[in-house]
Amino acid sequence: MIFGVGLPFFLAAMITLIGALAAATMRNLVHCALSLTVAFGGLALIYLQLDAQFAGFAQILVYIGAVAILVVFAILLTRGVGTTLIHVYAQKWVLGLLLAAGVFALLGWAVLTSIPRVAAPAIAVPTVLAIGQSLMYDYVLPLEITAVLLTVALIGAVIVAMPEFKKNGGAE
Amino acid sequence: MTPLTAYLLLAAMIFALGLGIALTRRVAILVLIGIELMLNAANLNLIAFWRFGPHPEALTGMMFAIFSIAVAAAEAAVGLGLVIAYHRHAKTTDLDAMTRMKG
Amino acid sequence: MIVPSGIVEQADQIFVTLQHLVAGYFPVWLQPIVMAALAVVAIVLTFPLCFALSVWLERKALGRIQNRLGPNRVGPFGLLQPIADAIKSLTKEDIVPLSADALVHFLAPVILVVVTFLGYAVLPVGRNMVLLNMDCGIFFFFAIGASTELSIFMAGWSSRNKYSLLGAMRAVAQMISYEVPLLLSAVVAVMMTGSLSTVKIVEAQSGFTGIFPHWYVFTPWGFLGFILFVIAALAETNRSPFDLPEGESELVAGYFTEYSGFKFALFFLGEYLGMLSIAGFAITLFLGGWGAPLSVLGFVPSWAWFFVKLAAGILFFIWLRGTMPRLRQDQLMNFAWKFVLPMSLLNLVVAGAWRFMPDTWLRWVVSAGILGCAYVLLGRILMRRQGLGPRSYRYAE
Repeated sequence: MIFGVGLPFFLAAMITLIGALAAATMRNLVHCALSLTVAFGGLALIYLQLDAQFAGFAQILVYIGAVAILVVFAILLTRGVGTTLIHVYAQKWVLGLLLAAGVFALLGWAVLTSIPRVAAPAIAVPTVLAIGQSLMYDYVLPLEITAVLLTVALIGAVIVAMPEFKKNGGAE
Repeated sequence: MTPLTAYLLLAAMIFALGLGIALTRRVAILVLIGIELMLNAANLNLIAFWRFGPHPEALTGMMFAIFSIAVAAAEAAVGLGLVIAYHRHAKTTDLDAMTRMKG
Repeated sequence: MIVPSGIVEQADQIFVTLQHLVAGYFPVWLQPIVMAALAVVAIVLTFPLCFALSVWLERKALGRIQNRLGPNRVGPFGLLQPIADAIKSLTKEDIVPLSADALVHFLAPVILVVVTFLGYAVLPVGRNMVLLNMDCGIFFFFAIGASTELSIFMAGWSSRNKYSLLGAMRAVAQMISYEVPLLLSAVVAVMMTGSLSTVKIVEAQSGFTGIFPHWYVFTPWGFLGFILFVIAALAETNRSPFDLPEGESELVAGYFTEYSGFKFALFFLGEYLGMLSIAGFAITLFLGGWGAPLSVLGFVPSWAWFFVKLAAGILFFIWLRGTMPRLRQDQLMNFAWKFVLPMSLLNLVVAGAWRFMPDTWLRWVVSAGILGCAYVLLGRILMRRQGLGPRSYRYAE
């Protein structure tokens, strides 16, 4: 027990926070993306530690396998290999930082004052069968809507990123 | 056993870091990264509340998180597509230089 | 602990018995940890050995295909060649390019090997022989497999070499495109079993009709699923004919151009371990895992069947490498999105229909007919015009 939390949680939380902090401060865009991946991995570990195996593996598959790759692709497509930044922060960065600190203070105050220290009820890790059944019975409408949304996003992303074609057929 | 407060505080920290990235960075892609981090913090909250809530066998919070992960993937794809499209027009992804809506 | 009776069961369970025997010398609270550690050590020793053997086999078989001898200097039939290669690569100088990103350059091969090893945790190599009988084993394998892409990108980007970067971008684009059909073609086996656990998938295929086993590959949807899975697996492991990321004639060596010595050996190891694990999963999903191919051959230990099948799979990959020309980038993408993906989606529909049709000859005819028609339509008619047309630069700018 370190600071009243279990060791696995402590390690995973440290990995996540260090990754997120590095993503916030590094100058090289690809380094930012890679440290973001570390933060995603740490979060997946925390999901596993919370007995949410399925969500943890979904996190790895979607965030590390797809979103991180998309981000690095976008970085290379927009900046080439010269990914180190000259202007790192926006002009009004102090304002942004103050706002973020304020939000954290508010959230932290709310958490610390309102949550009683409840213990987690002991449960068996939810089986994939149970997850599948609740997806197919209780959550079938959200599932279908998500499917439509993903299709729309797929088509939309392709159209947005596709080069525009001139009338004579050649690429711009 | 780690208390619920620890998870919620961690989520608040990640959220604040994400917000900080989104508000202070100049490059559009990094702002998207910040938004992803905030979404992740929300997911962590959902899963933590599911685990510590009175009816974990109902799977509600975890389902919400799984849907949110799926939606976040779509959001990232469209957002990065927009960044690439803007870059093609204006040759920049600097948000301070993005002052026109027309390409 | 159950002591197996009979010589056949004893041979079958010899490694499990051994594991229990060794763990028995430790105090009770330590036993689960010791058992897990023993299994990890077994995996970490066995599969690199398989790697060494398959490298030797590949060089020998390629030599045979190309009408030459292959390695024949070190040991009988050149069998000790992998050891000589290992010593050579360990003693070579480890060169890091001056402008390279040293930390990322170092981490890339390490992450690749570690992540690939993790995939073996859910691979059943014999009856009761799996490290983790996880409820979502297949899902774990695919999630882990997806994160190898990042290490390849790290290798290509950190080298500061245009060939490395081009190879890495090609590799990642190819792996993302083929990941979708890989997952979808595996889903049919999951649908039929009703479980994501690798152990349950193997057990569901362990029955026999007469002397023939109930492998999924012997059904129309399983056959197509197996073929699509193997195609996607070849692309996923960057094997020929999908070896564009490391096409020697275009890109020197692709994303590991700037690697030498031990790190190069790690990449080599990671690549072959990936190939072995994905072949192992093809066996688990469609070829009955550790099950015997004929009921009369049930006396051979289950783990022996697994490794025999693995060797056959590797030989098949080597055969393809020796005989197929490399695809072009636009052909690769067209093939993935216009043929493999629609076919695997249709395969899902057919598998669902198969599940709810009565068990008569009719469902064989219907599902085989649908899949055959789709193959003729997609593969023969629609792809004909795409054939060997002029190269399209539309997305290459």
